[in-house]
Amino acid sequence: MPTLRSAADLEKLRKDILAKRDPNRPCVTICSGTGCHAYGCDKVSDAFEKEIQKQGLKDKVDIRRTGCHGFCERGTLVVIFPQETCYLKVKPEDVPEIVSKTLMEGKVVERLLYTDADGRKIVHEGDIPFYKHQSRIVFGNNRLIDPKRIEDYIALGGYSAAAKTLLKMKPEQVLAEVKKANLRGRGGGGFPAGRKWEATRNAPGSPKYVVVNADEGDPGAYMDRSLLEGNPHSVLEGLLIGAYAIGSHEGYVYVRQEYPLAVENLSIALEQARALGLLGKDILGSGFDFDVKVHRGAGAFVSGEETALLTALEGRVGESRPKYVFPAVRGLWGKPTNINNVETWATVPLIINRGADWFTGIGTAGSKGTKIFSLVGKVNNTGLVEVPMGMKLRQVVFDVGGGIPKGKRFKAVQTGGPSGGVLPESLLDLPVDFDELTGVGSMMGSGGMIVMDEDNCMVDIARYFLNFLAGESCGKCVPCREGIYQMLKILNRICDGKGSESDLELLQEIAEVVRDSSLCALGGTAPNPVLSTLRYFRDEYEAHIKEKRCPSGVCKALISYYIDPVKCQACMICLKNCPVEAISGGKNLVHVIDQEKCTKCGGCLEVCPPKFGAVVKLSGVKVPEPVPRGTEVSRVHA
Amino acid sequence: MAQEATTIDSVVSAYESDSSSLIQVLLDIQRRNRWLPKETLKEVSEKLDVPLTQVYHVSTFYKAFSLVPKGRHSLCVCLGTACQVRGAPRLLDKVVDAAGVKPGATSPDMRISLDTVNCLGCCALGPVMTVDGEYYSNPSTKEIQDILAACK
Repeated sequence: MPTLRSAADLEKLRKDILAKRDPNRPCVTICSGTGCHAYGCDKVSDAFEKEIQKQGLKDKVDIRRTGCHGFCERGTLVVIFPQETCYLKVKPEDVPEIVSKTLMEGKVVERLLYTDADGRKIVHEGDIPFYKHQSRIVFGNNRLIDPKRIEDYIALGGYSAAAKTLLKMKPEQVLAEVKKANLRGRGGGGFPAGRKWEATRNAPGSPKYVVVNADEGDPGAYMDRSLLEGNPHSVLEGLLIGAYAIGSHEGYVYVRQEYPLAVENLSIALEQARALGLLGKDILGSGFDFDVKVHRGAGAFVSGEETALLTALEGRVGESRPKYVFPAVRGLWGKPTNINNVETWATVPLIINRGADWFTGIGTAGSKGTKIFSLVGKVNNTGLVEVPMGMKLRQVVFDVGGGIPKGKRFKAVQTGGPSGGVLPESLLDLPVDFDELTGVGSMMGSGGMIVMDEDNCMVDIARYFLNFLAGESCGKCVPCREGIYQMLKILNRICDGKGSESDLELLQEIAEVVRDSSLCALGGTAPNPVLSTLRYFRDEYEAHIKEKRCPSGVCKALISYYIDPVKCQACMICLKNCPVEAISGGKNLVHVIDQEKCTKCGGCLEVCPPKFGAVVKLSGVKVPEPVPRGTEVSRVHA
Repeated sequence: MAQEATTIDSVVSAYESDSSSLIQVLLDIQRRNRWLPKETLKEVSEKLDVPLTQVYHVSTFYKAFSLVPKGRHSLCVCLGTACQVRGAPRLLDKVVDAAGVKPGATSPDMRISLDTVNCLGCCALGPVMTVDGEYYSNPSTKEIQDILAACK
């Protein structure tokens, strides 16, 4: 393809690509995001290639390996265009049937369709409840694009916003548009991107840098990864527009090395954009130069904090530095630097193309547009969801997410990653909004949303997050390094049944000190899991301390496993499965757990046949005296 | 050793001996060699003209680097939040039991290394583990034993 020298060249290329495509020609798209990779989507794709060849359709059908569609719960996902027939949980062995029935005969393979709660089969992707309640303006193109082919992005109008910006708008106009849109940072802080851009533009010094923060470190959150893997050009286009507005000619993408597919797709995208002249010198004949380098992060949660990310980019350890002077003024190598998160950058081309007024039409007064969440944990429809700001948590968890599996009761939803807060059922009607979430002691964060049910212990969850943060604190400032450690010690004590009533007060006090005096956002928000669980689930803390009881039966020191002699059928299953041989008994003899030997692994409870339900978990009560050794099942039952 | 030096040379020259590319250089060597021997750190320090203390600082700060040799097979249990609430600690216990190796350690015969990660990004499969890059969703004790038996 020739280098594009003008907006007309870009438009001509787009028309040429579309002219070669027949919209009625069948196209099999296979989700090839990380989730589906884990399900083995590559084998499904290979099977389609083989089968389509075998059935003589090679010249009549296209195959496209796309980015993540989002419905990870039901992968591998296959959507067949133009009908948009959506097949779920597709395995390689399903492929011959799909090819012969759907592609050859135009019929639907019923068994691979989505079945709703009333037993109705749903054919089209967009009609599935999981998708129906979403507004996929940023994430939606993933399903239409092979991320390794720039043509797919251009066919959808890709880089037209960059062309408009570079050739028709002044940098000040771009700034004004982004400011008017009130685009707030999607990485967690929620700081208005337009203001940050303006500060960087106005800061003295050159060169200026623009950076994509793709150091997505929140456990249980993978939306940035899926966006970068599935639609890398949308991020690059946003970055190019921002660079133009700021007056920067050099950009960086800081991406975790744990995301090899993102690194690969991004590198391919950069090469292809350069080859077309969409990066490099005199882009689209505008006279504006810009290029991007990729920096792989080596695995440190704190590197996602912007000042720590900058020191990591300079080749040093990712330790944060004080923000007396913002990176906008003194950032990378001491020069003005603007950092935004992947999703923020990817939203920019949409604002330029459709206008700030369109964007502000979505969302709430203070939070505009949509937000992508990684909806995971104890929820039926695990996946990536994009919803308008202002949607209630309840709608996200129950309408989009399909509620809690196995008929369990909802207990809490945790937003904002390890430094976010845990919100109870009473706050389910809270709208998703930067300020609303902060107001109740949590935060938007980058978009992790972890659902928990009645079996999750809130003290244990707080301990889990602090354990994570203790390991990830860079150690530079005392409040974060020592404070988190001390809080963790107290939580360990409580979970071990050794907590005292004064511990709660002490926890609260340390949490407040850490929050108020840490150097960066990691320490500043680290107490959130403790403070929010103390605020909403204090009764669970008290049960651990006063009654030595873990209400959810999670904390090992506070639970015991016990075999109900009346229900035990002496089936020998638990006895054989016990890794420490703590279960005695035999054929026709009631099984008994030796509490001294038991390591509380829970294996016996897992394997005890549900129809017997003899193994029970006890907490806060004394384990009943065992029946005498050698008691026969028939005698107990009699 | 001669071959190793060539590798370091080629990696360093790919980054034009730029000292700010220290992390990238170490990542490339780590990927090829699966660990960073002392000699390598010294050599990188000389070739990039970065003090050895800084090379050591970086290679101990980031989780991607290992200063001890890794086993032939890599087991990785995800401890991300989604896996955590779905029972990752129990899965880890089972793997530790079956493999006889603690997280972060390598078996004495260099057969297996066990690590934990903060998220594998496939939360729908949680609790999940990988063995040499293959994913396993909530394997049973028996399945774990079979998987381990296949790791020669």
